[in-house]
Order: sequence, then structure tokens, then C-alpha cells
Amino acid sequence: MKFYEYQTKTLFAEHGIAIPKGRAITEVGEVSKAIEAVGGTPVVIKAQVLAGGRGKAGGIQFAASDKEAKSIATQLLGKTLTTVQSGSAGETIRTLYVEAKSTIDKSLYLGLVVDRQQQAVTIIASGEGGVEIETVAEQTPEKIHTATLPTVGYSPYIGRNLAKKLGLEGKQLVSFATLLGNLCQLFVNKDASLVEINPLVVTTEGNLVALDGKLSIDDNAAFRQRQLAQIYQQENRAAENQLEQQAREIGVSFVSLDGNIGCMVNGAGLAMATMDLIKLYGGEPANFLDVGGSVSSEQVSAAFKLLTSSKRVKGILVNIFGGIVHCDRVAKGIVTAAENLSLDLPVVVRLEGTHVEQGRSILAESGLTLIPAESLEHAAKTIVERVQR
Amino acid sequence: MAILVDKETRVICQGITGKNGSFYTEQCLEYGSKVVAGVTPGKGGQKHVGLPVFDSVAEVCDQLGPIDASMIFVPAPFAADAICEAAAADIPLIVCITEGIPVLDMVSVCATLKDSKTTLIGPNCPGVITPEACKIGIMPGSIHKRGRVGVISRSGTLTYEAVYQLSKLGIGQSSCIGIGGDPIVGSSFVDLLQRFEADSDTDGIVMIGEIGGQAEEEAADYIKANVRKPVVAYIAGRTAPPGKRMGHAGAIIAGGQGGAEEKIERLRSAGVVVEENPAHLGRTMKVALTKRG
Repeated sequence: MKFYEYQTKTLFAEHGIAIPKGRAITEVGEVSKAIEAVGGTPVVIKAQVLAGGRGKAGGIQFAASDKEAKSIATQLLGKTLTTVQSGSAGETIRTLYVEAKSTIDKSLYLGLVVDRQQQAVTIIASGEGGVEIETVAEQTPEKIHTATLPTVGYSPYIGRNLAKKLGLEGKQLVSFATLLGNLCQLFVNKDASLVEINPLVVTTEGNLVALDGKLSIDDNAAFRQRQLAQIYQQENRAAENQLEQQAREIGVSFVSLDGNIGCMVNGAGLAMATMDLIKLYGGEPANFLDVGGSVSSEQVSAAFKLLTSSKRVKGILVNIFGGIVHCDRVAKGIVTAAENLSLDLPVVVRLEGTHVEQGRSILAESGLTLIPAESLEHAAKTIVERVQR
Repeated sequence: MAILVDKETRVICQGITGKNGSFYTEQCLEYGSKVVAGVTPGKGGQKHVGLPVFDSVAEVCDQLGPIDASMIFVPAPFAADAICEAAAADIPLIVCITEGIPVLDMVSVCATLKDSKTTLIGPNCPGVITPEACKIGIMPGSIHKRGRVGVISRSGTLTYEAVYQLSKLGIGQSSCIGIGGDPIVGSSFVDLLQRFEADSDTDGIVMIGEIGGQAEEEAADYIKANVRKPVVAYIAGRTAPPGKRMGHAGAIIAGGQGGAEEKIERLRSAGVVVEENPAHLGRTMKVALTKRG
């Protein structure tokens, strides 16, 4: 679950991390009130999108007056912002964050991430804030400093040592260590998988302030992060792809892609392999779809309908290797869905594993024009050929 | 003995009274695995699927003698605790099938396990099987065939696909292990490559990786320096877009890392035969074995 800047900053403030005064708005009519709330102009107006690179894409603008702020808000709200990270579809700007303008002396980077190889939480800091950390890592790796968060918890010396490396001294050395401690606490308390302050600025007054914030919460922890899961549900889900939202409601794992061959597979690895194979034979997969292990006929049926609802999809490949999933259950779901839809698409079905014979006979006896496939290879070749015909 | 498990392995199931725990314990028993007991806190003293149920892992060990392996089906919120409990009872092998464990729980678990003698496989994995001897997990036993090729994979069903292709060509397996699809797992490709390389019952290894993380790159470096047996690899997710999680929590290309091409290149430069067609894994292994003679 990814969170917007305004949501992340609320959490920062709750954890004692200084942020500039700011207000989230969703309508132009709220601009004046927001400016008043943050202490008047000049202000920064920031498009709330989840993809990085919004500054370069025009998603961050400065306003010296109420009038200017309103015109910027009018121009940004409802607009689609395409950044280097958003993909070609871009993201619709639904919320703006109006923030007091800060006076910046120095820009730093501070992030925490779950490091898969270290099997630990890694702290990343750099004196080069405000730019993409990946770029810094690539071009000037010596400017990236890391430390591991001990399993027993944070200790301020870790922060002081990092602060030294960033060139901070005196009062800032200590306040950086405190801030990092607060950030570590947020990370652990909220089951984050990534939190980033970029830039973390030293203001001309010498204070450390989080000017931007990025936060991802571990999906697997939703059961104990109810409040955040609820906020995500209410405010962030709208940004998701329509089909992906519907898939979530059905209870299957789905990612939309640009091709025209719909895929329905059990298991994430096999689903990826099926997409790869379609591509290998010259086709383009329209999606990733893993129906999971405990799928019912009803879910299969709903997922199948979902695939056919996209106009882009010109053919469907079903690839099931029954282990936990029983082939007959999948077959029933497909037949139910296909009977209710007047299907004029080629559908290739490959079933293997648990209850495969029952599954195959359900398909054969349905009277539907489904194309059975003998093997994975045969299945992928056939659907690519049929779609290209 | 192949690796990790054989027909003598004494197994318990933590979470035996749950739906999945019950079903798969029965399936494992049917396959011939020596499942001797189950654990569900608060249900000690009962009988379930014909086996005695205990309140704790320590109690099982006290009353039934040494246990070699625990199969965990405990729901995600309580799974980390179950792993730590089994490790505290010095169970040498823990196979955690549970999906959806919070990643920070796994950070703690791995730190706890670091100084123990326990090997953890998973979580979010299909389990471990030594064909015709012992199955601990959820894989369909019938597709496996006893033989001399080791299989290691981050995926479940894709492993079945590979195994099915091997068996169909008459190539049996020494052991097959799903290491799990999560960002943090107990055993890595490297840990298992090491075991297969040392195993006198294994002639070749099929390794199935996927996008996300650096486990395949680490495996490539390890193979280059240490593995003499032929390795055939496949990396799933070449067509996956960056930044999107492909089903598995660990299958995501993030921050410019974890892409398929880098993994493929690194494995090839380590002398691994990387098959690009997932439908050809069996036949490619066959060729690799023949070449070796």
C-alpha cells in the first residue's frame, strides 16, 4: 500500500518529525482557506500522486498570491500527470497539497527500506537530497551512506555517525539522530516496507524539516494496520487501475498490461511464465492473473468475465496446473462464465494436475468452442496464432 | 539420501487442526511421510486426522522423542511465533507453507534463527519433497518421480510444471524444494545449491527464479565458484513491468533492481544454461545431463 505525501506527512507529524505547515485540498474553492491555514503566501502547491518525478513533470508549483494559487490549482486538479515513474497512462491529480514555502540551506536524503539480502531494515542517507536516490547511487555511490537497524531497535549513535558523514554538526548532529529514531519507530510501528524523506532539508534557521515524504506499508500487515488500511481503502484505491480494483474485489491477483491476450493462471510464477511464453511466441499478454490456491468456481467465473470485459483482449489463455486448485472447479467456472457471455473470442484451455480428467470432460461436454491444449507450449502457440489470424 | 528429508524423517504439523493443516497432513500421510503428531495451542490431548495433538512443540519432543521436521500451516498473524517455537525446540527443519506473513516478522524470525541449528524453508512456499520417500508440503505428489535431478524454485505451480516435464521425459528428482515467493525467506538458492552440490544422489539441478531481489545473482556467483554439476535455470517475469508486484510479495522490480535480464545474464556468465522457454525445461535438463555423460 503506497501513501500520498499528505498522508505520509501526517504520520511524520504524529511521530515528532518536523514538517512545513500544509493542507490537503480537493477543490479550487478551498485554496484561500488553505493558504490562510499555512500562514499565507508564498506557498508551494503540490500534486498528490504516488509516482515519483512529479516535480519535473510540473506537479510542483510556487504561488506568490491567492490569485496565482487558484489558477495553478485550477490547472492541476483533475489533470493527468505523467512522470518518469507513472507509466504512459499517468495519474489523475485528485488532491493538492498546499504548503508553506521553506527556506533551504541544505538538502539531504533519508530513507529506510527492508533489505532482502541483509534480511534487515537498512537506513540510507545521503548529502545529495532532492534528486532520485537511484541516480545518486549509480553516479556517485560514495555519497550514499547506509547502516543496519539492529533487531533490538534503534540507538542514537547510529544517527550521529550518519549525520557526521552527511556533514552535519553541533545541534544538528543530535537533532538528526532524534529524527532518525522517530523515523525508525514509524517504520516499525506501521509495518512499513519503505519510507523516504527526500529532501530532508536544513532550513536557514538550522532546523531539520521533512519537505517530502513517501511511504509504503506492507500489504501482508494490513490485518494489524487497520487504520492505515482503511485510509488506503477510502482515499487511495481510486488511483488504481479499474480492472485491478475489480480483480481485488473478486479476490484474485491481477496486473494490467498493454497486450491483447488475456491470461488466467494459477500461481504467480506460472502466471509470469505464461506471459513470458506468449511474448516468446510473438504475442503480447494483456495481464497477469493469478487465481490463487483456494479459488472457487464462482471466482473463476468472475475473473473470466473480467478478462473478457476489456475491449483490448482478443483471445484468452487459461493455464491451470492443479495442485491445490482442482481442474474441475476451474472448468466449471469457465463454462458458467462462457455460457453467460456470448463469447466470440478464441479461448485456449490447458489443464493439468489434480482432477484433470474431470476438468477436461466438463469442458468437452459443455458444447462450447473452447480450444483444448495438450501442453504449455501447445497452449501458448495456439492462442498467439489464433489472435494473430 | 537426497537432501533435507528422506523416508525416515519424523514430521509434525503446526496448525494441524486448521482446514489446510488437516487436509495436507492427510495428503502427506497418504504419500508415505512419517507425520507423527500435530500442534495446536489449546487443543492438546485431542486426536485429529488420526494423530495426537499437542499444545506445544516442546511437549511433542518430550513425549514422542526427537522430531526431524515441522510443517507449518499456522495463519499468517501467528506464523512467526510458530516458527520461533519450533526453532526453540531445536527442530532441525522447519517448512513454513503459510502465505502473507508481514515482512518485519520475518526480519525478526531470521535474526532469531541466525544462531540456531534450524533450517527454515519458506514461508509462502509449496514445501519440500524427496519423491517416493517424504513429502512435506502441498505439491501434488503424483507428478514426482524418484531420480537424480534436484529442483529449487521460488514458485509453486511453476515448479510443478518443471517437475512434470522432467518426469514425463523419464528424469526423476532427488529432491524438490520451493524456497518461497516472499522478499525474506529462510533458505536461499545458495543454501540449497550447496546441499545439492554435496549430495551424491543428485546429478544436475534445475533452478527456477523470478524477478525481484538479488537471490538469483547471488546464486550465479555461488555457482561460478562452487558448483560443478550442470545447472539449468529459468527466470520468470521477463514481461513484467517495473514497480508492479506480480502476485508474490517478492516479485517486484524496484529501484532499478530485480529485472529478469540482469539475472539471466549473470547466470549465463556463471556457466548456467538459462532456458528462455518455460515449456522446454525438461528437455534442456535432459540435454545438459547427456552432455555431462
